Amino acid sequence: MSSKIVVGLDGSGSGDRAVEYAKTLARQIGSCELILVYIIEWSPFSFQTAEENAERHKRREEEIEAALNRIVNPTIEALKSDGLEVTGIVKHGDVADLLDRTAVETSASQIVVARASDAGFAKRLFGTSTANLVMHASVPVTVVG
Amino acid sequence: MNKIFFMALTGLFASTFSASAQEAGGIDQAVNEMFAAVTGPFVSLIFAPFPGTSFPWIVMWLVVAASLFTVYFGFIQFRAFRHSIQLVKGDYSDPNDAGEVSHFQALATALSGTVGLGNIAGVAVAVGIGGPGATFWMILAGLLGMASKFTECTLGVKYRNEYPDGTVSGGPMYYISKGFAEKGVPGGKFLAVLFSIFCILGALGGGNMFQANQAHAQIAGIVGDYPGWITGLIFAAVVFAVIVGGIKSIAKVTEKVVPFMGVLYVLAALVIILMNFNQIGWAFGQIFAGAFTGLGVAGGMVGALIQGFKRAAFSNEAGVGSAAIAHSAVRTKEPITEGFVSLLEPFIDTVVICTMTALVITISGQLMVDPATGNYILDGDTIQTVGGTSGVALTSAAFATAFNWFPYVLAIAVVLFAFSTMISWSYYGLKAWTYLFGEGKTKELVFKIIFCIFVVIGAAASLGPVIDFSDAAIFAMAVVNITALYFLMPVVKRELASYMSRLQSGEIKRFKH
Repeated sequence: MSSKIVVGLDGSGSGDRAVEYAKTLARQIGSCELILVYIIEWSPFSFQTAEENAERHKRREEEIEAALNRIVNPTIEALKSDGLEVTGIVKHGDVADLLDRTAVETSASQIVVARASDAGFAKRLFGTSTANLVMHASVPVTVVG
Repeated sequence: MNKIFFMALTGLFASTFSASAQEAGGIDQAVNEMFAAVTGPFVSLIFAPFPGTSFPWIVMWLVVAASLFTVYFGFIQFRAFRHSIQLVKGDYSDPNDAGEVSHFQALATALSGTVGLGNIAGVAVAVGIGGPGATFWMILAGLLGMASKFTECTLGVKYRNEYPDGTVSGGPMYYISKGFAEKGVPGGKFLAVLFSIFCILGALGGGNMFQANQAHAQIAGIVGDYPGWITGLIFAAVVFAVIVGGIKSIAKVTEKVVPFMGVLYVLAALVIILMNFNQIGWAFGQIFAGAFTGLGVAGGMVGALIQGFKRAAFSNEAGVGSAAIAHSAVRTKEPITEGFVSLLEPFIDTVVICTMTALVITISGQLMVDPATGNYILDGDTIQTVGGTSGVALTSAAFATAFNWFPYVLAIAVVLFAFSTMISWSYYGLKAWTYLFGEGKTKELVFKIIFCIFVVIGAAASLGPVIDFSDAAIFAMAVVNITALYFLMPVVKRELASYMSRLQSGEIKRFKH
């Protein structure tokens, strides 16, 4: 049985390093599938205007398409051309929660993520997605700097 | 259709000009009077009292409908209350639908359109005239109104239009025309057009001019008197930036601040109530005693009942049809779930927030009691208050007895509530507009610009007849909407029976526990 690694993508430089690291790991393991996950931060408890609500479905489709075309699919292509087994997912929701859930659902053995790419007051107060993931993850997590 | 479009456009501009002319110094007093003469019969008809009473029939129309829906759906507001909360929490939301409009978001959007002046000023008027007893009838009307919202919002989702580009449009005009056609009942198209016309007028009036007017009154009350058109222009510029410029950030800020203000308001009220916890029993005693005896208010028990029913109906808009437009954006396989969620709206708006206001006013001792009889001292029709205040000022004075800084917070809250109500109604009006004239960037822009012009007019002038007319238009929406609901309620009943049986059999899954 091949092992699986969930890789968090964020479209940033450190996200790319996470992919690089996961690639190295996968090669070392041999038979290993990479599951690329791109999360669009979204909460069902945010506040929107009626007009935003009416256009929400359209926007959601656009967001998913943009994430697939710009980030997920190019990375999949690149990894496939390197001979790796890769799949990709785009989801809306909480980053830490969804990375962990994907790992559990796909029975992945570990998660590779980038360190938080942005700092700020809010992040200090509530913690970054990476920090939240590390604290609550169900499988081992590697944070790539 | 284009011909009607331009005729309506000319009409609207004509009324705009007549209004600004009057604002320019009463030159066109004659036009204003003519407007009043032409619209007067309509206004009098909508707000006409039953002979020999001061009870407007339109309030009875809303309460009777709410009671009928309550019985017809077997007290759905109580049976489904727990399930409604589970839906809002997302317990039944499929994780794969994440990113779509959630039940919570639809509820919050609709609430920001109804929570506002009615909860702060309207309740003070009710308690100021009808005494604390009015609160009892207000709560009852709020509880009954939950069934009306349930009915209209279920239909709103069921018969909405979904366009190929993924956007949606819904509301009474869609369920009236589609639902009537489906049942083979004639006149659907006519009623839908009538509803849309009233909705546009209501959006420009009660949803716009009235709000701008009250917001200006609040600001002027704090910084001193100054010309209303200044407030109007600032408001219009901000509204323009949001609805025409698509500056989402302003809307986002408002949509975040408004719930915060709502929570702050309720918390402040709770703190005041708890600080006077030894009076809570007494206050409820006053509410119950006043509900049935009137405690000396004008009109006695009936006076209290009229005020309570009236203000509840004005505040939560159950049966008006506006909420059905806001709720129809939710992407759900089960239209009835949105009906369940929407029934929480009159509960939060009227049963919780309005009651808080009424309790604070009662406990604060602002209403003057004759120590000899225990009855309220009357000043004409209204109860005498400590500072001779009424409306927002009475609520403000009541809160100030506990926190002297609260009037400032309240003023900000009123302005923000007015703004969010305007943004909501601009959307309701727009949907009615596009129903009549068709979708299209230019047509939509025309409405949005007209809407902004009316913000200035509303803040600048005390256009009594125009505002009366627009208020009447909002309630005229209820005449058309409820008539349609009577025809379409069996559709909702079928949906309800089917959903409940599938919920019981476990076919409808719960995702979170």
